[in-house]
Amino acid sequence: MDDFVIRALAAGILVALVAGPLGCFIVWRRMAYFGDTLAHSALLGIAFGLLLDINMQLAVVFACCALAVLLVLMERNKSLASDTLLGILAHSSLALGLVMLSFTPVQVDLLSYLFGDLLTVSTRELWWIGGGALLAMVALYMTWNRLLAITLHEELARVEGLDVARLRLLLMLVMAVVVAVSMKIVGVLLITSLMIIPPATARHFARSPEQMAVGASLAGMLAVCGGVAVSWIWDTPTGPSIVVSAALLFVISALLKARS
Amino acid sequence: MSCPANPVLDYNKLKSSLLLTPRARPDVLLDLRGIAYAVGARSILQGVFLQIARGQIVTVIGPNGAGKTTLIKVAMGLLEPNEGQVLRAPDLRIGYMPQRLHVERTMPISVARFLRLGRTVTKEKLTAALARVGADALRDARLQDLSGGELQRVLLAHALLQAPHLLVLDEPAQGVDLKGQAELYRLIMRIRDEQQCGVLMVSHDLHLVMAATDEVICLNQHVCCHGHPEKVSHDPAYLELFGQRDAEMMAFYTHYHRHHHGLAGEVIPHRETDK
Repeated sequence: MDDFVIRALAAGILVALVAGPLGCFIVWRRMAYFGDTLAHSALLGIAFGLLLDINMQLAVVFACCALAVLLVLMERNKSLASDTLLGILAHSSLALGLVMLSFTPVQVDLLSYLFGDLLTVSTRELWWIGGGALLAMVALYMTWNRLLAITLHEELARVEGLDVARLRLLLMLVMAVVVAVSMKIVGVLLITSLMIIPPATARHFARSPEQMAVGASLAGMLAVCGGVAVSWIWDTPTGPSIVVSAALLFVISALLKARS
Repeated sequence: MSCPANPVLDYNKLKSSLLLTPRARPDVLLDLRGIAYAVGARSILQGVFLQIARGQIVTVIGPNGAGKTTLIKVAMGLLEPNEGQVLRAPDLRIGYMPQRLHVERTMPISVARFLRLGRTVTKEKLTAALARVGADALRDARLQDLSGGELQRVLLAHALLQAPHLLVLDEPAQGVDLKGQAELYRLIMRIRDEQQCGVLMVSHDLHLVMAATDEVICLNQHVCCHGHPEKVSHDPAYLELFGQRDAEMMAFYTHYHRHHHGLAGEVIPHRETDK
């Protein structure tokens, strides 16, 4: 196997590993739309990175985190955090990113940002992905029970002494970091699917939150391997192939569940 | 409405959440003074005073929209009052039983796991808490599969596991049938006797909680009347708020039963009638 395939697999597996548990919270807390909004802002980060000539990964992480903070502030003002406003934010940041990219001095391969370009992952990028995934993993591991508590009942958690606002911000920032580093894998438009489909697959067999998280990681890694293999054999685009494999796994798990 | 005028006090300048000094009254857990709460221009609470001591059961009753839930949320510090002070005993541990718990269908979680969430609970304590509320059999059930009454009992067990100084119960008898409700209120009284904790609860019905409460606060955005349940049930302000339904409830209570029901709905014969 060539080096670039190994790098691609490593990057994909790292992201799938952390997208599993994180995705569980996105599913349980119905935050899928937040994921989309964050993902779309990643493109804005790319545009800023190119225009201001700063490190691309850093610009993307920064853009996602900035939007995450904005979303947390919006969520606090409940009347504002409607689907409509999130939709406006998501699509206008995507559009603004696309418009800004047309002003950049260098020609960019837009498709690779929109749908990912896993097979071109460089060693440097792999370090970024590994670092981001590790950071997110540690944050989730250390706050797991507290995050579960605020997901079940925020006020109950607050009465029992948890700092709900801080935990919510943390979850949002973890999501921003994961979105930022996984852009290379499946691209801006498909990131959320990598966080939602594996947990939905694992849910069919899980009997505890932890089982669902581990199952989601496994399903995600399997989807990455399947997608890379398909892409390697039939020369299909890697990102979409991964999402198609994840979706197939979901259908198979649903069928298995229905039969049992 | 012929409610007595409330004292208009301006506590604006005072800090809204203070600790009670132990010297003031050692057994007071919570002291709410002149609470006002509004959402935008809509006033929800006005000039509410409430004090609760160790071993005391205080019930807040009132019609829908009276601000009962808002009041207990202010008491627990979940909401900041616009006016007034909330004084809490130092290191006050609260066991809260919310009105409802909505669990996403997508979240696989058992009753035992829920009770253990975010704290270390020994197996014995868990079993004891579940047994206390008559929910032994629910230990491994999925949280989403519980009926309304079962969920209430699990939530009560959850609150008890806090080893609370103060139990705050928001409509604890919701989803429990009438006979089970009486049983539940008896249980709450027993818990108070055993643990010597204070109990602050919300109910929309005086007669169900009458036997199980030391003090009733009749709330309709302000305190209409308060005091011993007997006294409140004859108060003109109370009758004005609850008059009609009250008569209907009394009719229910004169209905004769040869048995009563346990928390799980099982039939328990009256000892008196069986002798």
